[in-house]
Amino acid sequence: MTPEEVQRKLEHILPTVQKPGRYTGGEYNQVIKEWSQTPVRVALAFPDIYDLGMSNLGLAILYDILNQQPGVLAERTYAPWLDMEDAIRRERVPLYSLETKHPLRDFDILGFSLPYEKINTNVLNMLDLAGIPLMTSERDHEHPLVIAGGHATYNPEPMVDFFDAFVIGEGEEVILEIVGCVREWKRSNGARKDLLKALAGILGVYVPSLYQAHYHEDGRLSHIERLTDEAQLPIIKRIVPKLPPPPCNHIVPFIDITHNRLPIEIMRGCTRGCRFCQAGMITRPVRERTVEEIVAAIDHGLANTGFEEMGLLSLSSSDFSSILDLVREVNERFKDQHLSISLPSLRIETVSVELMDLLQGNAHRGGFTLAPEAATERLRDLINKPVSTEQLLDTAHEIYKRGWHTIKLYFMIGHPTETLDDVQAIADLCKAVLAKGRSIIGKRARVNVGVSTFVPKPHTPFQWTTCDTIEQIEEKQGLLKRQLRIPGLKLNWNDPQETMLEAWLSRGDRRLGRVIHKAWMQGTKFDAWQEHFNYPAWMEAFETVGVDPSFYLHRERSLDETLPWDHIDAAVNKQFLAEDYLWSTQGRTRIDCREHCYSCGILPTFIDLRRQHPGKTWECPEVHSPSQKKVKTLPLIQN
Amino acid sequence: MNQSKRHRYRIHFTKGDTLRFIGHLDLYRTWERTLRRARIPLTYSQGFNPRPKMNQSPALPLGCTSECEAVDIWLEQELHPERILEDLRQVTPQGLQIQSVKQVDLRAPSLQSQVIAVEYVVFFDPSTPLDDLQSSVQNVVEEKNILRKRRGREYDLRPLIEHLEIDHGEPEKPILRMILSARQGATGRPEEVIASLGLDPTFASIHRTRLILDTE
Repeated sequence: MTPEEVQRKLEHILPTVQKPGRYTGGEYNQVIKEWSQTPVRVALAFPDIYDLGMSNLGLAILYDILNQQPGVLAERTYAPWLDMEDAIRRERVPLYSLETKHPLRDFDILGFSLPYEKINTNVLNMLDLAGIPLMTSERDHEHPLVIAGGHATYNPEPMVDFFDAFVIGEGEEVILEIVGCVREWKRSNGARKDLLKALAGILGVYVPSLYQAHYHEDGRLSHIERLTDEAQLPIIKRIVPKLPPPPCNHIVPFIDITHNRLPIEIMRGCTRGCRFCQAGMITRPVRERTVEEIVAAIDHGLANTGFEEMGLLSLSSSDFSSILDLVREVNERFKDQHLSISLPSLRIETVSVELMDLLQGNAHRGGFTLAPEAATERLRDLINKPVSTEQLLDTAHEIYKRGWHTIKLYFMIGHPTETLDDVQAIADLCKAVLAKGRSIIGKRARVNVGVSTFVPKPHTPFQWTTCDTIEQIEEKQGLLKRQLRIPGLKLNWNDPQETMLEAWLSRGDRRLGRVIHKAWMQGTKFDAWQEHFNYPAWMEAFETVGVDPSFYLHRERSLDETLPWDHIDAAVNKQFLAEDYLWSTQGRTRIDCREHCYSCGILPTFIDLRRQHPGKTWECPEVHSPSQKKVKTLPLIQN
Repeated sequence: MNQSKRHRYRIHFTKGDTLRFIGHLDLYRTWERTLRRARIPLTYSQGFNPRPKMNQSPALPLGCTSECEAVDIWLEQELHPERILEDLRQVTPQGLQIQSVKQVDLRAPSLQSQVIAVEYVVFFDPSTPLDDLQSSVQNVVEEKNILRKRRGREYDLRPLIEHLEIDHGEPEKPILRMILSARQGATGRPEEVIASLGLDPTFASIHRTRLILDTE
């Protein structure tokens, strides 16, 4: 189908679907390049609807980088909502790009962002809607190269059947190397196999079909074997040594989307080391932008987009070295522009409240979010998020005193060794916070409690531990539901069955691919949307394929077991993770690796990059030694 | 905010194909961002959630294009209309074309209350069977009541149709022209008129051509 035919069909389809603005493109700052004059064409895909995909910063960064390159164009595509899917299937319209309405099949590269796991079936559905074979083994030189990046690719194994290649780590540099590789390959008129081998040679690129998994008789993974010399083992993640300037030509959506604002990433990585947090482990080392750089980016970003809202983003804003300077500067520069500013991920301390006060003035008093994650000091030490209950209550006091009416508290249930007493403590703490609020602002005080369920994620110190069973989760949630039925208090929790899915998809091995395929054939999609999640279909898929789901979740791994993601090297080494796991059982914490390097493995892996980028660019210790060999025995250096 | 320090301007603009599927409220936000890009000092409301003071002509149904939309904006500063026009033209999104900017009396009634009717023209997809168009138009015009249902509520479409005729641009390509009421609580929708003629509105392109003000 030609773009003109797609456009003509859309004219009749769009009046019949909800929110047609999701499917039209044409937004301010979208980039359209001359199709016929551009040798490499990339479609950037998000496997959920426009409203969510347009809020994804990773894709926005890649869109900007690719479109700045001569000879390369990047366009966008998202999962159509159910009504639109029905309509395009009925009218036989292939999934297309928003910019020029080219079918996805016409692109050279189709790159998916996989920031989390529960969108995997949507990938299959989008490939199907695009008329692209689902399996990497079924694609040939006529099909786009189908690749993925994002946090979920740190365990790519469940999705290896469907992707030609994965990018492990940060995409800013490697995406251009991939584009270069595809351009060369197109010129050479080579076979698909040649392209895959060439890609496998790029650092940080994992081409799964060039590896084979071997299993023990009891079903545990034995090892991953390379089938060709080009394949790297392990596959070490890519990082950018210095954060490039943030993009400031963001596409301005016409319709409302989840995060309808100018996103400015102030820092990447986190030095805190919460043991459940995958992001905190895989995004190391910590790299900050300077205050000047950030302010300039906001200035340009606002001028180019007109956004009335802005988010200063990082995993832990309070840890940004010059956070006070940044907030003061932003406040000074932009205070007369009717701009609403959010600064998420603040630490639980009264300073955070002062920061928000400074930033938001009198304009905005929505909810103030705190994430203690656990309610007893024992568990908070175990997960390495040491905050005292007193500190939390002092912070709550300050929040209500300064005019916020609602505090949002985030907890997790299912931490290792958690008992019902620890869960009871969540209820008690929520009540204590509400009581604090009532003592200051009376009945206006609100507490919203979000209780998610812990899933032991790959590349974290808890990767060996088990996940609660549905029965355990229901018992804990039941306790909270009974205890927290109080006016002024609102409780949200996750469906335990959805937690199981998240756990399978994040912890699974290559055998999950057939389950995912089967589940999709039985109609699963939009699994992350509670109303569309179909647990029975998943159970049936496990049954049909003959894979035991509990094998992945409720079995404690021994420290010497080969884990399905061990060949993916996040540069935080397994020995460090194992030691940290052991420390957790002893209640030992690691406060902040800015204060004291714990040798997680980042420096030995990226020693050259650190040497080339000394000083405050990284929060890791400086490397002075000129010799490569000494690095292995790098002593713990005090900052 | 001191009322006397405000300055009111009316922007006339067209809404083209790219924006057909962008609704009335989304267009407000698009205007706000366009004006912010042009660094035009909008007046904002006070309070927790400050909104810019703006007022649009009656909502254009989703899927329609228009050559006669208008929005009133209130500024903190008096600017030359030509300057506003020039600055805005640099930063408008595709599908939004500015025709003119004029200063308006602060006491003038709101756009919505001034508009009493709206004119549309309708072009049909070549695949649409139009042999009976003449007679179905005749029927609609002669009916006393046309009861239709919209969002579960029954209403009478006929009194909302002030004028309906076929305009033969080219012999094989008839164009439908209509004037529909646009008073508070009595707004005719062009796709409803097309449906009442027994045609599929998703195969018609509907274009708004004129706002009729009560001063005319």
